[in-house]
Amino acid sequence: MIHFVILISRQGKVRLTKWYSPYQQKERSTVIRELSGLILSRGPKLCNFVEWKGYKVVYRRYASLYFCMCIDPDDNELEILEIIHHFVEILDRYFGSVCELDLIFNFHKAYYILDEILIAGELQESSKKAVARLIAAQDSLVETAKEEAGSISNMISQAI
Amino acid sequence: MEQLKTIGRELAIGSHGGWGQSKEFLDLVKSIGEARSKAEEDRIILREVESLRRRIAEPDVPRRKMKEYIIRLVYAEMLGHDASFGYIHAVKMTHDDALPLKRTGYLAVTLFLSEDHDLIILIVNTIQKDLRSDNYLVVCAALAAVCKLINEETIPAVLPQVVDLLAHPKEAVRKKAVMALHRFYQRSPASVSHLVSNFRKRLCDNDPGVMGATLCPLFDLICADVNSYKDLVISFVGILKQVAERRLPKTYDYHQMAAPFIQIKLLKILALLGSGDKQASGHMYNVLGDIFRKCEQSSNIGNAVLYESICCVSSIHPNAKLLEAAAEATSKFLKSDSHNLKYMGVDALGRLIRINPDIAEEHQLAVIDCLEDPDDTLKRKTFELLYKMTKSTNVEVIVGRMIEYMINISDNHYKTEIASRCVELAEQFAPTNEWFIQTMNKVFEHAGDLVNVRVAHNLMRLIAEGFGEDDEGAESKLRSSAVDSYLRILGEPKLPSLFLQVICWVLGEYGTADGKYPAAYIIGKLCDVTEALLCDDTVKAYAISAILKICAFEIAEGRKVEMLPECQSLIDELSTSHSTDLQQRAYELQALLCLESQAVESVMPLDASCEDIEIDKNLTFLKDFVQQSIENGATPYIPESERSGMSNVSNFKSQYQHEASSHMLRFEAYELPRPSPAHVIPHVSVPTPIADLFPVPETTCNSETSQASKLPSVAGASSAAHGIKLHLDGVQRRWGRPTYSSSSGPSSTTSTEKTTNGVTHIDGVGSQSRDKLNESRRQQPEVSAEKQKLAASLFGGSAGKTEKKATSTQRAPKGNTRNAERPGAARSRSPETSKEKAAPSVPDLLDLGEPNPTSTTIVDPFKQLEGLVGPAPMPSPLDNSVKTSGFETPDLMAAAYTDLLPSGSSSGSLSSTTTDMYSVDKTSNTATSVPSIKKGPFPQDSLRKDARARQLGVTPTGNNPNLFKDLLG
Repeated sequence: MIHFVILISRQGKVRLTKWYSPYQQKERSTVIRELSGLILSRGPKLCNFVEWKGYKVVYRRYASLYFCMCIDPDDNELEILEIIHHFVEILDRYFGSVCELDLIFNFHKAYYILDEILIAGELQESSKKAVARLIAAQDSLVETAKEEAGSISNMISQAI
Repeated sequence: MEQLKTIGRELAIGSHGGWGQSKEFLDLVKSIGEARSKAEEDRIILREVESLRRRIAEPDVPRRKMKEYIIRLVYAEMLGHDASFGYIHAVKMTHDDALPLKRTGYLAVTLFLSEDHDLIILIVNTIQKDLRSDNYLVVCAALAAVCKLINEETIPAVLPQVVDLLAHPKEAVRKKAVMALHRFYQRSPASVSHLVSNFRKRLCDNDPGVMGATLCPLFDLICADVNSYKDLVISFVGILKQVAERRLPKTYDYHQMAAPFIQIKLLKILALLGSGDKQASGHMYNVLGDIFRKCEQSSNIGNAVLYESICCVSSIHPNAKLLEAAAEATSKFLKSDSHNLKYMGVDALGRLIRINPDIAEEHQLAVIDCLEDPDDTLKRKTFELLYKMTKSTNVEVIVGRMIEYMINISDNHYKTEIASRCVELAEQFAPTNEWFIQTMNKVFEHAGDLVNVRVAHNLMRLIAEGFGEDDEGAESKLRSSAVDSYLRILGEPKLPSLFLQVICWVLGEYGTADGKYPAAYIIGKLCDVTEALLCDDTVKAYAISAILKICAFEIAEGRKVEMLPECQSLIDELSTSHSTDLQQRAYELQALLCLESQAVESVMPLDASCEDIEIDKNLTFLKDFVQQSIENGATPYIPESERSGMSNVSNFKSQYQHEASSHMLRFEAYELPRPSPAHVIPHVSVPTPIADLFPVPETTCNSETSQASKLPSVAGASSAAHGIKLHLDGVQRRWGRPTYSSSSGPSSTTSTEKTTNGVTHIDGVGSQSRDKLNESRRQQPEVSAEKQKLAASLFGGSAGKTEKKATSTQRAPKGNTRNAERPGAARSRSPETSKEKAAPSVPDLLDLGEPNPTSTTIVDPFKQLEGLVGPAPMPSPLDNSVKTSGFETPDLMAAAYTDLLPSGSSSGSLSSTTTDMYSVDKTSNTATSVPSIKKGPFPQDSLRKDARARQLGVTPTGNNPNLFKDLLG
């Protein structure tokens, strides 16, 4: 099971966090601090895995962004590495050659996408097409809602 | 008016196709990006949180505005700040009718709330409503929230609806419903134990996504009880076969592999089902063989499947052919350049040697390379492997290495683990007592505060009693060597408390036993211990007791004890100590010093710790005293069980508990699970215990779940529910009882019997590869004698078990002197075998030299970047990017994708995984020269993004070029 997903930049800034196991806010900060210290300092040729407090953290670097997932010691690391890549490919398809800036400004969309891929710490969908279709359906609904909100009457009713 | 203005601006941004948030929010994100330090970032966020706190509480915040506030709160929380004041607004937003707002609300609550948060009770009702919605997107959003928020108590509230959704026409909903049930199972296995048949049904779902999702709960269920699912072996094998034969839709392909994630899950399940079951394993051999044959080794995902197959093969009943294939795959991993694959290879080897220890032989030098690798992760994995293959012949080398490594790390968690492993190995395989004590000393010295107290007690007992069968002389030799080493160690600063306790105890018992050291000397040393800065009370107690014992032995011998001044001051200090225990010990010592020798001898006999003490539990020796007291009019003792007052107290207690649980009952009954829509009772009904409405038909097997013991009164209700369930759904009974079958039918004892087969085959492989590699071996004759030596001492044991005891007498205490004669012996015995051993790993050694040129090219661009970024005061990721990228964003996707394509040459394919992983570093070099082959529009894309960023006022100032680069570059 995946316990959490963290995206951090090379400068150690948090870009996205998702916790599938219970962690208090304080623990979360320490986890992020410890892991960014551990992972950002690793050289490029080393393993993409780090053993950490009885868990394993699998990370993968894309441009200046590190995608990290914490898993149980008996999980398949290579598989997790590919789940990360699966996620990035879907992001790439969604944003059109995704870059860190996309994730910074659209972190909530990244959350929606992540929610379609992982649920409760397990991979729920391995087909990119299925994920893309669902996200598109949700987005089209948001678009129509936006138009509604944009109509004058709606604005006035909201202002009153 | 102001409000209208902001709305107008938002719309304007929206129509520009921007990111859809207000300028304010974009400014916030931007300023965070520009923050130079964590402190500055914190300041900005705190200001933001304050303003949000004010604004969110204003009356009549427009809904769209509120949505943005919530997203901003999510942002603040993500950066580690408390936004709990806004949780309630997120909860409110889930009630909204408009889907975008509802989704935002759900997203926020899933991120904000943990499963035991008080606010969850407010969401349950909304979730119930949304699960019944006509719009499948609403249902999906609710199910996502169910997975995160529903806890053990609230499961019954949504369970029936989730179960209904298993038959939903949309596959996305069915899939999420399965995952939700899986979550419920993790929370409380009893809550879904009657639903197993549903999982089985979903396994045959038309949609591969739903089928794949169903494997998650099934895996957990099978983990818990293998034997109830043996009938599924055939179906799982069938599915795996179909998947491997590419019968699934193309959309499930991933990097030219057919649905690899589903394959991996299935392999995990088969590994469980086939473990120790010859018949079940028999069904799997064919498909596993197919997978080994078909697996593509050039891609990372292919290797992931391969690794999982190795795990499966090593877990099921052994099959010679498959083991051979697995060993071959493992050796490919180990010989790979990629650290990731080496890591997996070491892990796989650890699994295979359990079946056939000889497999390790072939890879010994590769393993040693991993052990000496600078990569900590790889090193630790290798230690795990060594731990698994420790025998009495190689224990010294392995434990020596482990301790050496342990000394140099600061990670306490791992230090504890490796220390306890050292102790375990030393206890199990220690060749001599002396070595054992030396090893324990080292472990204590460097990780003393981390090891279990039990270990210390074991060590003391060992020193006191020896290993049992030894004669008296050896025992006293052991003791005096322990005393020697402890007196030496005491000179070192900062010894851990636990270790000092052991030292004090041993010095007290045996310090003067062999007459080598005068009593005064040892007492002086013990006094020094207590004067150390960080000496805790326990150590002081041990020390003063040790002094007491030494004095007692001296007096008993008839010698005069001269009181050292420091000892006297210690006694004075302790007799006024805050700890009564220390006081008592100090007074005891003082009292003892005044006694005559005969009395002292009976108070403190020599070597008393070894005497068996019989405990008289009935205190018969007090009988006279009791009798006398009763005669004098004392009231007789009444056992606790017979006392009347006590039973009252316990009654009261149980009553209280009963009250509490009946309170629980009302809560539970309100949300009684209803299996079919036909039975849906208007949900808002008064919270009367619904259990009463139905006759409790039969407390079937389900009622003996853990719930029953915990909440007795609730169990009634739930079993009633199960009862109803049973009536409605006859199939369930067939699958519903998880218990009866015996725990582990044909046990795994069989696993060893086939190893002989494995041996022969693997030997064959070994010799083949040896032949192939002979040439390269000749080119590199100096394959460090050092390593060969180490290899021989690590692995030689498996071949040369005969010389096990020969060397054990003159073992040096230190592991790394590693008895020179053993490797020599091994070599002289069979020179060609040791050479052969060296051969297979030669490619590794060759390759070891190779990476240097490549690695420099990899590192270089990094440095260039550093140069760009470094001197500037902490680059801001936001700005930098925008400036540079617009003009020269190279098409990184193209570069990456060419890497990902299956390359023809094997050397290229081996390294392809690494290159694509680290392509980031390379691309800064190569990308400019790579023309955009496949993904034409992307430069424009980036340009457009850049323009958008400028429009929004995110103006670039710095120069960190990599931010705007595509992630997949």
